[in-house]
Amino acid sequence: MVKPRVLILRVAGTNCDNETEWAFRLAGAEPERVHINRIKRGEKKICDYQALVIPGGFSYGDDISAGKVLVNEIKHNMGEDIDRFTGEKKPLIGICNGFQVLVKAGLLPWQGKQVVSLGWNDSARFEDRWVYLKTEKNASPFLKGFPSVIKLPVAHAEGKFTVDSGTTLKKIEDGKLVFFRYCSPDGGDAEYPHNPNGSAGAIAGLTSANGLIVGMMPHPERALLKCFYPDANEGGDGEEDGYGCRFFRNIVEYIK
Amino acid sequence: MPEYALEMNIIGAGDKELLEISGKNLLALNLEEMKAVKKYFTGIGRNPTDCELETIAQTWSEHCCHKIFRSDINYTEKANGKIREEKINLLGEIRKVTEKLDSDFCVSVFKDNAGIVKFNDEYGIAFKVETHNHPSALEPYGGAGTGIGGVIRDILGAGRGAKPIMNTDVFCFGLPDADYKRLPEGVLHPRRIFRGVVSGVRDYGNRMGIPTANGAIVFDEGYQKNCLVFCGTVGIIPLKNVEKKVMEDDYIVVIGGKTGRDGIHGATFSSIQMDANVSTNVVQIGNPIVEKKMMDVLLTAADEGLYNFVTDCGAGGLSSAVGEMGSETGAEVMLEKVPLKYSELLPWEIWISESQERMVLSVPGKNLKKLLELFASEDVEAAIIGQFKKTGKLEIYYKNEAVCSLDMNFLHGGVPLRNLKAQFAFPGKAEYRKDADAKTTDWPARIMKLLTDINITSREAVITQYDHEVQAHTVLKPLAGMEHSGPSDAAVLKPLYGDYRGIAVGCGINPFYGRHDPYMMAGCCIEEALRNIVSAGADPGAAAILDNFCWGDVNDEENLGALARCVKGCRDFALKYKLPFISGKDSLNNFFVEEKTGVETSIPGTLLISAVGIVGDIRKTVSSSFKRGGNLLYICGKTRKEMGGSRYYAVFGIEGGEVSEPVPSKTLPMMRKLHCCIEVGMVKSCHDCSDGGFIIALSEMAAGGGRGAEVFLDRMISDDVSPEALLFSESQGRFIVEIDRTLQGDFEKAMGKNVSMIGSVAEDGEIKVFYGGEKLFSLSAEEAEKAWRSGLQW
Repeated sequence: MVKPRVLILRVAGTNCDNETEWAFRLAGAEPERVHINRIKRGEKKICDYQALVIPGGFSYGDDISAGKVLVNEIKHNMGEDIDRFTGEKKPLIGICNGFQVLVKAGLLPWQGKQVVSLGWNDSARFEDRWVYLKTEKNASPFLKGFPSVIKLPVAHAEGKFTVDSGTTLKKIEDGKLVFFRYCSPDGGDAEYPHNPNGSAGAIAGLTSANGLIVGMMPHPERALLKCFYPDANEGGDGEEDGYGCRFFRNIVEYIK
Repeated sequence: MPEYALEMNIIGAGDKELLEISGKNLLALNLEEMKAVKKYFTGIGRNPTDCELETIAQTWSEHCCHKIFRSDINYTEKANGKIREEKINLLGEIRKVTEKLDSDFCVSVFKDNAGIVKFNDEYGIAFKVETHNHPSALEPYGGAGTGIGGVIRDILGAGRGAKPIMNTDVFCFGLPDADYKRLPEGVLHPRRIFRGVVSGVRDYGNRMGIPTANGAIVFDEGYQKNCLVFCGTVGIIPLKNVEKKVMEDDYIVVIGGKTGRDGIHGATFSSIQMDANVSTNVVQIGNPIVEKKMMDVLLTAADEGLYNFVTDCGAGGLSSAVGEMGSETGAEVMLEKVPLKYSELLPWEIWISESQERMVLSVPGKNLKKLLELFASEDVEAAIIGQFKKTGKLEIYYKNEAVCSLDMNFLHGGVPLRNLKAQFAFPGKAEYRKDADAKTTDWPARIMKLLTDINITSREAVITQYDHEVQAHTVLKPLAGMEHSGPSDAAVLKPLYGDYRGIAVGCGINPFYGRHDPYMMAGCCIEEALRNIVSAGADPGAAAILDNFCWGDVNDEENLGALARCVKGCRDFALKYKLPFISGKDSLNNFFVEEKTGVETSIPGTLLISAVGIVGDIRKTVSSSFKRGGNLLYICGKTRKEMGGSRYYAVFGIEGGEVSEPVPSKTLPMMRKLHCCIEVGMVKSCHDCSDGGFIIALSEMAAGGGRGAEVFLDRMISDDVSPEALLFSESQGRFIVEIDRTLQGDFEKAMGKNVSMIGSVAEDGEIKVFYGGEKLFSLSAEEAEKAWRSGLQW
């Protein structure tokens, strides 16, 4: 069986590409880290891949605002290709910086002009911590087999989910476009630090209506194995294999 | 008529003029050194150019060539009315340890940009710790950021390129409540330095995508005028890439950032004292994304074996990098080919600028095209600036005009080493003074006060700003659990994606002990660094250490004497713990001269020991937090009345006392046994006793696990000392260990006489302490956690 090919987009400042590559390899795909210059020069084409991932990092130093420069690069160089890609129902995933790119490029929560953003954390600084996440009911096939609450780490300065209007938030909720929501350990409403950045609706991740474009602030690629869970060293059970890994397996399974 | 080089009149200069030239040009060369320069140029019958003089000054700077550590010292030690004299060489003493231990764990020591030890049959671990003290005092954000940037390049420049996998950061700051009005001119407030330094490390480290997973922060008034910023990086390297050699006719290629006027005279400036008049021009300007881009391509080029040698462009800029690379062959450089940030730099400025994010490669002609194409493909600057030639000379041209022609032998071997004198007067054993105020009911309040002490309280506010998990290697994180409620002793990483073998990284630093005796401070720092990694699961038999000495004015014989005694401590204790030194660095002359009064203040003599050890299987890693009520608690090691320099004495204003004396002959065998117990999965939690003593360690374990404990102080191993000493003494060689009740027999059999069962973990969340058959006091784990987590929230 041919392994699904996954393109992990890399630019100056991308820094989660290696572990994302490992995640897809563990999940049974054939990932490839590709520098954006190679796409610009036509050496690589995204249509040759079955999934496209924009990993975490500080693309172009997050100058102007997080992900902004990369958004312009993508719009100018790959805009039509990405429309065709998602039109063919191929998964498009953005993690952390990648999520910032997807919302600022108007690819989430729906394709069009930008309606939501990720602003500076309420704490006004970068924070790395583990959070509890409620897995929401939505169309995404990538949450298959998840319990209602899981744990993943976040690490960002600009992760506060904001909306341009109450109408947008309502449309997101009504359309079941929330992927992950920050919550308390027992799945209840989250306050800081459980909502680590002050996100509206405690939203930590979004999905498109068909469930195939997914963006999130948390880092599933840092929770691939039990040993990476803080509780694995704290006498708890950790989460066997890590739900991070299941997320990537679900993507690979969908492609197959 | 030379157009680009200025002739410096050295041949005709007398002593006074020589010193004037050195001072005016910020060369930091003393009279003896200037005379050696004069002699060389008199011999070849001409004056030097500005570029030549600058090259010599960079190469011979204390920062680059460590003259004090390489010189012979006549050391006099006075103790109990007796005087002992000996001749010692500081660097020699340190290297002796590694030579004597002759461990096959060491792969490359003291010769490269970082020390390298064996990870497995295929990979090595590279580790280097640098300081960036002077720049951080002047411009905290930029100074700390470029400090981290610099040590990352040391790892990229270790062997033929190691991949950075972790950063460590250790800071020493003045007290945060210092009075603004009483700060001397030219000194920034400790809080401002703290914020700037933390932000600088955060922004550079996070953008580089390297987890900052271990560190320490020390606050003491002695660092008010000179802060210390230690930056370390750990890397992984294929063993086949460790050896490197510049080949004749290789091309000199400079990669990464462009060259500007920033950081000129960084090397010479950091070799002398600070005062109010230092220009911030000497501080470099950092851009992490430029370095990240360079790193990505460089590691690809390393994989493909496109170059023979790589080194970083740090202190002294190109002059140091190319000068060192070409020391065995010779080098020819065309300065106009160096990519510049802006035009109109003078040739000597291009040559010694310390602009960041640059490295130098030695590339064989056959790979040149491929290498340049690779760098261009990701928009990273790479320029051929010359060639290594078998001339034995350093020849530099600017637009075809020779601006420098120096013999490599003179440049690297011509620095006159001094014969130094140093003395240390041993104060004799200070008397132990019982704390007259200690009342039995007072213990919980005292413990709470210690938990909020600025040198003990949680560093959560700093740690969470660092991305300590990027690259997905970090198994044991700096803080315990989902909620960060307790401390970890060390960071444990799993550097290879497909392998459960790991490393533990920890450190030891305690300038407070040094005030009593720098020799014992060295022993305690070495032991603490080792204890930290052992309690997380590292094998004490597969571990190595790094030394970083930061000292004050070493022209002062007593300061130098304290340094010499500290080095002797390093030598003796490292040998006894069988820990090879694999790399080290000294930063001397950390002192400040007040402009108005001329008053000179040196920092407290400070030693940082960093340790790295192998964890055979990271799934056996142990954290410090209590795991289950009913589990048994053991103390390993003996408690003595050793309160000198302790946090308890500092916080409650008690003077005197004896400083802790490590006992490697007992502790090392005990650590080996403990490691075996951890390796077979017998140990549920483990924490070493350090700052604040036994009760602080116990409280931290309780806070981390959200559980209490019941402990009986009389059961601690000791020679009948008071409850006060049992609770707060900082005796070395002690761990608190949690064991499943069913394994009691196995554990006691494995550990022998080294341990005593002192009680058990309590699910009810109360820490109950008994002594002499009675309850001495109790306090709740929740309160302890709250107190411990209250600090640094400004």
